[in-house]
Amino acid sequence: MDKELIVESLSPMEREVLPKLGEDFLEIKDFSEKMDLDKTTILRAIGFLKNKGLVESETSEKKVIILGILGVNYLKKELPERVLLNKLVEKEIIPIGEIKNVCSLNDNEAKIALGTLKKKALVDIKLGKISLNAKPEEVRKKMIEELLLEKLPMNIEEIVDLDKLAFENLKSRKDIVEIEEQKTTKVKLTKLGKEISGMNLTEDLLEALTPKILKQNQWKGKKFRRYDLTSPVPRVYGGKRHFVNQSKDYAKSIWLDMGFKEMSGNIVETGFWVFDSLFTAQDHPVREMQDTFYIKDTKGKLPPKCKKKEECVISNVQKAHEGGIDGSKGWQYKWKEEDAKKVLLRTHTTSLSARKLLEIGKTKEFPAKYFALGKCFRNETVDWSHGFEFNQTEGIVIDENANFRQLLGYLTQFYKKMGFEKIRIRPAYFAYTEPSLEIDIFHPVHKKWVELGGAGMFRPEVTIPMFGKHIPVLAWGQGFDRIITEFFGINDLREVYKNDLNKLREMKFWRKGE
Amino acid sequence: MTILTLNRKEFEKKVGKVTKELEKKITDMGTPIEEVTDSEISVEVFPNRPDLLSIGNFSRAVNQFNKKGKIANFKINKPEKNYTVTIEKSVKPVRPHTVCAIVKGLKFNDEKIKEIVDIQEKLHNSIGRKRRKLAIGVYPLDKIELPIRFIGKNPDDIKFQPLESNREMTGRQILRGHVAGREYGDILKDNTVFPIFIDANNEILSMPPIINSEKTGRINSTTKDIFIECSGSNLIYLKKCLNIILASVSEMGGRIYAMNIKDIKDGGFVSPNMSQEELKFKIKDIEKTLGIDLTEKDVRNYLAQMGIDYEKRKGSSIALIPAYRTDILHWIDLAEEVAIAYGYDNFIPEIPNISTIAYEDPTDKIKRTIGNILAGLGLLETSSFHLTTKKNVKKMHYDFNEFIELEESKTERDVLRMDILTNLLQIASENSDAAYPQKTFEMGKVFSRKPSEDPEEEINEEESLAISLIDEKINFTELKQVLDYLFKMLDVKYSIEPVDNSNYIIGRCGKIIVDGKDIGFIGEVAPRVLKNWKIKMPTAALEIKLDFLN
Repeated sequence: MDKELIVESLSPMEREVLPKLGEDFLEIKDFSEKMDLDKTTILRAIGFLKNKGLVESETSEKKVIILGILGVNYLKKELPERVLLNKLVEKEIIPIGEIKNVCSLNDNEAKIALGTLKKKALVDIKLGKISLNAKPEEVRKKMIEELLLEKLPMNIEEIVDLDKLAFENLKSRKDIVEIEEQKTTKVKLTKLGKEISGMNLTEDLLEALTPKILKQNQWKGKKFRRYDLTSPVPRVYGGKRHFVNQSKDYAKSIWLDMGFKEMSGNIVETGFWVFDSLFTAQDHPVREMQDTFYIKDTKGKLPPKCKKKEECVISNVQKAHEGGIDGSKGWQYKWKEEDAKKVLLRTHTTSLSARKLLEIGKTKEFPAKYFALGKCFRNETVDWSHGFEFNQTEGIVIDENANFRQLLGYLTQFYKKMGFEKIRIRPAYFAYTEPSLEIDIFHPVHKKWVELGGAGMFRPEVTIPMFGKHIPVLAWGQGFDRIITEFFGINDLREVYKNDLNKLREMKFWRKGE
Repeated sequence: MTILTLNRKEFEKKVGKVTKELEKKITDMGTPIEEVTDSEISVEVFPNRPDLLSIGNFSRAVNQFNKKGKIANFKINKPEKNYTVTIEKSVKPVRPHTVCAIVKGLKFNDEKIKEIVDIQEKLHNSIGRKRRKLAIGVYPLDKIELPIRFIGKNPDDIKFQPLESNREMTGRQILRGHVAGREYGDILKDNTVFPIFIDANNEILSMPPIINSEKTGRINSTTKDIFIECSGSNLIYLKKCLNIILASVSEMGGRIYAMNIKDIKDGGFVSPNMSQEELKFKIKDIEKTLGIDLTEKDVRNYLAQMGIDYEKRKGSSIALIPAYRTDILHWIDLAEEVAIAYGYDNFIPEIPNISTIAYEDPTDKIKRTIGNILAGLGLLETSSFHLTTKKNVKKMHYDFNEFIELEESKTERDVLRMDILTNLLQIASENSDAAYPQKTFEMGKVFSRKPSEDPEEEINEEESLAISLIDEKINFTELKQVLDYLFKMLDVKYSIEPVDNSNYIIGRCGKIIVDGKDIGFIGEVAPRVLKNWKIKMPTAALEIKLDFLN
């Protein structure tokens, strides 16, 4: 870069620091004291100068022994062993049990004081009493630990002989000495730095543009300092919607674009709408407590009974289960109203579809296309691929002419727009659909097929109690959370609703389908 | 999920070499391959196909699907002398039905014994609903004396040595002291009589659905002929289940003999009945359902691939369903059979040209708007669970007791949330290492019980919004600024009415009122609450119900 331009990019603090440096390495503290700037400002200035290639630096680390909290205290007063020694000079004999009181030490200090003096053979212990066993000059002589405390701080490399021994002794006692890692940075000018340093650095450059400068036209004929546009800036975080909600909004827009109407409704439902209306036998394992969250001590309401039994959805559902709708054999057991009244957290959003069928059975407004995207609940032990709460993307198409190929059409379209070009369908079983299928998407990162969930056409045992006759209904409900995790780089479903704020702040925006 | 594991060598003997191509065929058939090793092949069998749960039955289906096998036809020999099982009145209250058969000419080895134990277990756990609905027993014919009686007896008078035990036990002792008794005893325990099969020598064969007798109920490698029974409450399922087992043992080379079932109360019948069931259907219904064109020949071939026979009688199409299939309830099930044989991969997806008008749920719309407004103010949206713990709720609402509890939750969370603020405070508590200010919000459903005399109550679900601002110098004013801006943008007029709520600092808490209706709280959270949550910073929070916006 042109040297003139470099000069124009130097900030006031850089201008101040640069002339203080020479061609030999200097420690920052060697020149910082002579300057008006605080150390942080100097360090920042040096950082900028380095970026511009004007200075080079060398950082060395050393370990330094410094005084700990107790050490500072003991240096000011006395080490516990000195206290005890002095008291012994005064009293000659002290019973072990009374060291604490006599010397005003705590348990720990008393123990250490005695131990240390014993180790140094300055005392005798007989019958639980201690007495002095040293000549006065030995008592007067400073102990090596005391000498060390006075010398600190010291570089750990430089410590030798008695100091080293004293350090070892004190290290085992808490908070007297500590090791601190100290960084020292030395800086010197580079060749370019030397040249710049020799140039005129006093030209008056404008820093920030202020309203005053603007108003008084002070900028005229002057130059602004050039910024280093490449240097990193402090990070900021914006507010944003949760990533699951961002992607849900997108998925919803796919269904809306295809002319689907949104269904909404309760999370807390009766067994009737989650299971019975969907031809799921009352002894089906999915209805057990091990799989489904039931609400304690609560019974729910069923659709009202009607005068004509054949018009009544409950009677028709019962008939479908027990056997006898449209030539179907049903499940051939005694259906119980009580089981249908149990209240639970919906295990799939298909309960919304079931309710919608009944509504449309009354209004007869079809062809109709509906979707839902909402939370479902399963009483599962949580692990990386299972959660007890998850979103499901649900849809139904009610049309006299609906068929299996159309079901594939809608699903292919949706997953394509969600970014999955390759989907696979294979046979599956669900109590309420026939034919049924399972959808897998090809995971572009893991390079394998991932199971998403089911789809199919509602069985006559489901549709007839709602419509009075069989009208084909395409239906699907797949796990939603696991199709968005890959985009956000999440490998463990437990992270989806963890709300780690650091991660949420860093989380990128949903950007598929743009 | 039921996994069928097949011995690869035995399986290959029946279906040929397991190639990648065959693996794909097996998956296409509706039994996804779970794992293939040098010695074993595991496939997933869906709960509607218990008839596939043995190597014999599964191999038959694979061969049929692969157009290499014929439709199964089972020869049933007439009952011989004393081939009778009498169901006495005494057993009716506890286990009303049984169906039985005799199979001769089997060659058992360890592999085959394992196979027969295995299929029993698999059937018990699937259509048997863990033996609650039905249970199967298999006995060596040379150890028992026909005819057999199925009777109910006082459990203390039942005495025999069960399998896996070295001593005689009474019925009640078995329930308490035997492994199988402890596992399945619940099915019997409340009955005054327990069911037993007993032979002409008054030797107990078994006490279903718990355990067989060691003396008369253990198959070994010298066994050639067996007696099979299937007992339970639902006669239709019992017959199906017996047929599945018989289909499987007939693949092992056995000859099936019928038995006379004498039911003292309900009359008698000959068991088993393995003739095909007829199901009338229309080819055009299947074409319409699947959206493809089919000739009669196509349908005949596709059904044959699925092991189903086809007949045209008086102009009607009739499917002849093999006796072991339990899942064909209605013609719609034939549509799926045809679809599977046609190949799911071969369907061409299509979007029909029907016009419908889209509609978005207004609550979702307003939530998105609110989310965008608050995000514009720099707030971060969180998303947390609807389930929480009592302890968490009580950290703020210490006197709250109207919990909506879940039965036997496998997670520690066992109640529905009554507000969202609890979640936000928990998030704050778990994120003390994240930089402040922490400004978060969340929207979602909260739950409460409707005050009602009606025992059939409905649980209230309301949309709620909570906001929490946490920082060293946060106060009421800053949060009210947020509320002010939000409501201004939504064109909502509101007022705040001071209220004493000990969850907030007294004198710094208010009710939020819109159209004279109380919609929520705003305030500085009480130090007690912050301490409970171990939140180290001042927190201003609000929560409002959103239903007034609709």
